[in-house]
Amino acid sequence: MSVLELRGIGMEYGAIRALDDVDYAVAPGEIVGLIGDNGAGKSTLVKIIAGNFPPTHGTMHFDGRDVRFRGPEDARNAGIEVVYQDLALCDNLSGAANVFLGRELRRRVAWVSIMDHAAMTRRAAQLFAELKSETRPEALVRTLSGGQRQAVAIARTRLAAAKLVLLDEPTASISVRQVTEVLDLMRRMRDHGQSVIFISHAMPHIFAVADRITVLRRGRKVADKPTHATTPEQVTALITGAVEWA
Amino acid sequence: MPRTQTAYVGIAFAALVVIIWILAPVFLTPRNLFNVSKNFSFIALMSLGETLVIISGGIDLSVGSVCALSAVVTMMLMRFFSATAAAHVPGVTIAFAALLALALAALIGLINGFLIARIRLSPFVTTLGMLSVARGMTYVLTQGRAQYPIGPDVALFTRLANGAVLGLPTQLVYLLLVAVLMAMALRHLVWGRHLYAIGGNAQAAALTGVRVPRVVLSVYLLSGLAAGFAGVLIAGWLGAAPANLATGYELRVIAAAVIGGANLAGGLGGATGAVLGAALIEVIRNGFVLIGANTYWEEVFIGVIIIIAVLIDQIRTRRDF
Repeated sequence: MSVLELRGIGMEYGAIRALDDVDYAVAPGEIVGLIGDNGAGKSTLVKIIAGNFPPTHGTMHFDGRDVRFRGPEDARNAGIEVVYQDLALCDNLSGAANVFLGRELRRRVAWVSIMDHAAMTRRAAQLFAELKSETRPEALVRTLSGGQRQAVAIARTRLAAAKLVLLDEPTASISVRQVTEVLDLMRRMRDHGQSVIFISHAMPHIFAVADRITVLRRGRKVADKPTHATTPEQVTALITGAVEWA
Repeated sequence: MPRTQTAYVGIAFAALVVIIWILAPVFLTPRNLFNVSKNFSFIALMSLGETLVIISGGIDLSVGSVCALSAVVTMMLMRFFSATAAAHVPGVTIAFAALLALALAALIGLINGFLIARIRLSPFVTTLGMLSVARGMTYVLTQGRAQYPIGPDVALFTRLANGAVLGLPTQLVYLLLVAVLMAMALRHLVWGRHLYAIGGNAQAAALTGVRVPRVVLSVYLLSGLAAGFAGVLIAGWLGAAPANLATGYELRVIAAAVIGGANLAGGLGGATGAVLGAALIEVIRNGFVLIGANTYWEEVFIGVIIIIAVLIDQIRTRRDF
């Protein structure tokens, strides 16, 4: 039983075919590595799943229902969250403020609805603890390390109780030690039953955490195999087209 | 080391007060302090509104003109209502006049906000245009002549705008009330949180579902309203409103906000800073006069303070990385 299932997805921009008849499925609590060269169709696929635009062909099935997202909000409401490469965090706010941005907890004082700072700090600390991250909820995001920033972005998705999280290049532009931290974060998400689509160019990172690896080339899915059934060499060959299909 | 720009300004302010007091003991007399706090209240009030705009990552250059327009409109409406039945009920002419002037100022802010938040025009150019429009309207309405308060409520107006409450000038009381309200709104309302988020990373804020245009529109409206309120108060204080009133005030207002820790890049600033920044400028002005220094140097000194303020901010944020 899959949490997400795409059938026959195609996307055309005028005469350009960005995706061609792609079938794609993600199981609950599964980390799927999505890999492919620039222009292979990764971001198009991600944007379709995230609801940025509907596919020109094909059907989407999420969490037991047929879905057709009219915008990112639809996808979010259904339980799909995206963590963008540039993280979309506000540097000038605290970690807790970022986790709760747009979903602030409130309480009433007289007739005014004000933010419940204490509750948000507490809940954020709890989320960071679940992720085993040392991020302090009150610390400004500006002062956090790359790994801690990822923890903040991921805590946001956990707060939303997202069933599926798309991580766009989460290990790009951070130090080696922080990469370990981020890969651990992904394992924790899986342990909590969240499904993860991990988009990356970094082969070792994909092989370290992914349960399954999907390769796109020129808009087509050219491989979809359990991680243990393939090798970095084979995946590289598939990305570049040295091997057509696997 | 203090953590915020505002803390630095607080320290600088305290140091300056001590220096001026040593050089000119008359500085700390109640009478002088009463006058100083009056003088800086207008700029500080406008600076509060400006700070909101700056936090959002924008700028409002129209505040001086809006202040002048609101001042002359208050006077003209007082005269107008004095010739109507409203003149028979005490307080009504000034209440109508002031409220309508405030509504006009808010409307101008709303137009700024609409053009910037919805049509996505540049804040600098939009409010530069509005600076000219509002100033021009002021001249058109008055034909360049100064306006004076007329009617049954002149004395009441003076008392409200230029009186004293518990030994404090009323201007300062209004300022402190507005500043406290603003500080609480910024800290406790979701609106305040979203405003800082927009200044920090508008795209991220929009992605998380923050209604960016609505919040941005609100800060220009509030800035217009604050400038309008300052205009009404200046009119009552001076007892006259020349058409060239508050010319160039926008620069003093922005300077006060920036000295107080508002960052033109957005996402930083607060009510305390705006008030402290305005107070610092006024204390310098007053100090120059009391010490008997050549007041031509005053502008130079204030300019240097502005640059030092930005410099400290820069060094501070660099260290954070």
